[in-house]
Amino acid sequence: MTTDYTTPHATAGLGDDDGTAPEFTVYGGDWTDVAEEATRLSEQRIVFNMGPQHPSTHGVLRIMLEVEGETVQELRAGIGYLHTGIEKNMEYRTWTQGVTFATRMDYVAAMFNEAVYCLGVEKLLGITDDIPERANVLRVLMMELTRIGSHLVAIGTGGNEMGATTVMTTAFIGREETFKVIENITGLRTNNAYIRPGGVAQDTPEGAVEMIREMIPKVRHVLDDMAYLQLENPIFKGRLQNVAVLDLSACMALGITGPMLRSAGVPYDLRKSEPYCGYETYDFQVPTSMDADAYSRVVLRLEECYESLKIVEQCADRLEALEGQPVMVADKKIAWPAQLSVGGDGQGNSFEHIRHIMGESMEALIHHFKLVTEGFPVPAGQAYAAIENPKGMLGCHVVSDGGTKPWRAHFRDPGFNNLQALSMLTEGGQVADVVVAIATIDMVLGGVDR
Amino acid sequence: MSDAIENPTTGAEVAPVAPEGRTLINVRQGMFGAQGDTTGYGGLTRFIYEPAPAQRPYGGWFDEVVDVLEELLGDKASEAIESVIVDRGELTLHIASEHLLEVAQHLRDDQDLRFEFCVGVSGVHYPAHTGRELHAVYPIQSITHNRRIRVEVSVSEQDPHIPSVTSVYPSNNWHERETWDFFGIIFDGHPGLARIEMPDDWVGHPQRKDYPLGGIPIEYKGAEVPSPDERRQYR
Repeated sequence: MTTDYTTPHATAGLGDDDGTAPEFTVYGGDWTDVAEEATRLSEQRIVFNMGPQHPSTHGVLRIMLEVEGETVQELRAGIGYLHTGIEKNMEYRTWTQGVTFATRMDYVAAMFNEAVYCLGVEKLLGITDDIPERANVLRVLMMELTRIGSHLVAIGTGGNEMGATTVMTTAFIGREETFKVIENITGLRTNNAYIRPGGVAQDTPEGAVEMIREMIPKVRHVLDDMAYLQLENPIFKGRLQNVAVLDLSACMALGITGPMLRSAGVPYDLRKSEPYCGYETYDFQVPTSMDADAYSRVVLRLEECYESLKIVEQCADRLEALEGQPVMVADKKIAWPAQLSVGGDGQGNSFEHIRHIMGESMEALIHHFKLVTEGFPVPAGQAYAAIENPKGMLGCHVVSDGGTKPWRAHFRDPGFNNLQALSMLTEGGQVADVVVAIATIDMVLGGVDR
Repeated sequence: MSDAIENPTTGAEVAPVAPEGRTLINVRQGMFGAQGDTTGYGGLTRFIYEPAPAQRPYGGWFDEVVDVLEELLGDKASEAIESVIVDRGELTLHIASEHLLEVAQHLRDDQDLRFEFCVGVSGVHYPAHTGRELHAVYPIQSITHNRRIRVEVSVSEQDPHIPSVTSVYPSNNWHERETWDFFGIIFDGHPGLARIEMPDDWVGHPQRKDYPLGGIPIEYKGAEVPSPDERRQYR
């Protein structure tokens, strides 16, 4: 068996495995003991598990590694440790309650789960064009703030996994600024259930636009810091450049979307190619690169954050212009009460609505009760909605049997698909680069396993 | 009144009228789908179908895609394309499972089609649709032409075999494993059709309609709240 350690990232050095090599399994223990025992047995090939519990695996991901020295010979990802049956559960709740489940899939980019599900339901209902403009602006605002948060987590935790804690703390400071705005408007930091079929759950509280405007320079400052800290840092470049390379043909074969595909040179972004929620009316760019490595993906994510800030700025202007407009469809058979105000407990409430149903109209009370407990029926058929999530193409296939609950709701999480590329990204490289490859895919296991 | 209870008109004896090429999504009994329905609507039976197959012209680029595909399939076209449905601005092609691989190959490779990547596969279980209970739904995307179509393949629960498209679209590897895991559709020719979300030794396919959601009753302030799938519910 020959092993060449001079080229760390090449596939060279693969030994001739004739299938007779003995294998032994390791469960936990001290790594030094394992290494000593391997030396004692003069056995170079070691099979071990990375995960399911491991800080660098973005959730609960198990990686089965076969290494020779520091070189990864074979890698297989095992998922399912965070499977919670969200799709099955949604079949037992109303269409509106489904939002609360969907948002918990990819919990780092929660708003996108809500948005794609609602776009699917609205397509089934045939009300896509009836969504009020203010609701669409609020949806775009929420999605872009979440995109910034998600990218900051991707870059920040990626840095942390390589030992750069400052990168993580800086990123989380920036993400906190976006959360403050999201919390002010929706009442919650994440898992908001804010985007609902027909519009959004509630209108903005007073002073929201000013808060957004104050947030923008703070986040831009954090983004600048992240760029200064990382992009010209020789250690950072050494760890990321020409690592985890996936060229265009491999991306296409594996159905990769999002920053990974754009780093291979395809400017494919559903916000541009199939605009939804009025994205065609916003001014923003889709950054791309030709390097196809981990470094270029970090650069792309940072650039996308700047573009998202541009969109957020435009959203603030529009929110001002559309002050007082409805945020829920006019059809009372679908619209949940939406002109709410956020109370001190973070919950939305509307005194106007409560006075109407409790004090003025028995019919309104019955209607409210039926709408909230039974839900609204959705015409039979199926629809597919797809949006650009920070990780790639997030799809939602919804089927209705004409009832008040989904017959089937299926989500195509980009992380689930992109994680398939992990073997190709890492085999033949070094063990330490596995962590970089995971960070560069940027999947969240909540979304992968659903 | 007592007669109605002893011999309820459930409508179960009414045979579904199944128009050719339409999927029977569900047979809905009563008004609320709950047992012990006291509203008097218990005898109501409704058959819920997918929209009817479309007639030409389908509109937009739909005609072009179907034309090109029919031309490439030649004599097999009428056999392979079972029906074409246009609904909510989306094109659905129902494909016979034995021709799926050939159709996928044409969709990917022909320069007028260029559906470069398969977005995944989603299973749907329609227990009422006898003989075609399990559906595999493939959204397929063309980046070149910026189009998306849906290819749907239906098989019976007794013989749930569909050829794997992983030889054409390698990205569907995990998606097919997931659909096997949740629905029990066997994708022939898949390189390693193992469970992916559920543990390897799991029994049953959880997303099928006859698989219970599970859960336990919860006691809250002295009252017992049944588990979600046991509650009285409006369907």
